[in-house]
Amino acid sequence: MTAPLDIDGLAAPPRSNGELVFSEPWESRAFGMAVSLYEAGAFTWTEFQAALVGRIGAWESASAHNEPWNYYKLWLAALEDVLTDLRAVSASEVTARAQALAHRSPGHDHRHDHDHPHH
Amino acid sequence: MTNTSGSEEPASAALRAEALEQLLTERGLIDPKVMNEIISNYETNIGPLNGAKVVAKAWTDPQYRRRLLEDGTAAIKELGFSGSQGEHIVVVENTATTHNVVVCTLCSCYPWPVLGLPPSWYKDPAYRARMVAEPRAVLSEMGLELADDVQITVRDSTSEVRWLVLPERPAGTEHLTEEELVPLVSRDAMVGVAKVKAQ
Repeated sequence: MTAPLDIDGLAAPPRSNGELVFSEPWESRAFGMAVSLYEAGAFTWTEFQAALVGRIGAWESASAHNEPWNYYKLWLAALEDVLTDLRAVSASEVTARAQALAHRSPGHDHRHDHDHPHH
Repeated sequence: MTNTSGSEEPASAALRAEALEQLLTERGLIDPKVMNEIISNYETNIGPLNGAKVVAKAWTDPQYRRRLLEDGTAAIKELGFSGSQGEHIVVVENTATTHNVVVCTLCSCYPWPVLGLPPSWYKDPAYRARMVAEPRAVLSEMGLELADDVQITVRDSTSEVRWLVLPERPAGTEHLTEEELVPLVSRDAMVGVAKVKAQ
């Protein structure tokens, strides 16, 4: 696997670091949303981190892990928790929109209004 | 969609992320262009190469090394590396007899400006729990065998302190310049789960 930093060739990054930063595109969106909102001042990093610690702790203390470990799933849930507290976006709104997206026609132009991250 | 036993299939994380992004964009809370720049920056620019430059400078410039150990965030900023998760970086030095290794037991605190985003093993529940309880065993499993007389200190990163390890400069690199040293410094060595090798 190629290290994502290997871009300029002037000083190649250490080879043993090779790992993709995000394993699926939605993980990068979940990451980008949290950092964008934080950098725009919507919440402090301490607030987001507390929510993330809460989600991770809840997963770890669950006796039966119905959900497999997925870091960015917990990250996304933490982001939703913070946004709910801020009354910016509610969980039911996200659920309703996600269900609407799930029922798109199969041939729809996926994410037509967004730029794809360049790779 | 295939039929499952549950009456209502919970939306996948991918759909929830897309739904949330749409809602936040519609409400003017995020700008997709700014967000794409942030993502692309972390995917391509911000990574362990930055930390490697910091380490190589500290190895070749004693004054810089002193400043780095005194105030990590400020010394790292001198090289132009700052930003989210770079506010409270504390640098600790590994030597032949003392070994520091970094973990975040509660979540995933990590010095982004110098190391980029953490690898998946750093976030893994097993690494986070076991590194504190049995560091020597975990390091050995990760390929780093430390002699019994080497003192291991586990550093728990938080939002108040994000640890960065200044690895020991390996023997046999005395003739190398700062630029030549940079490629030797691995991310793993700066987390403390590996040593820097001369070759």
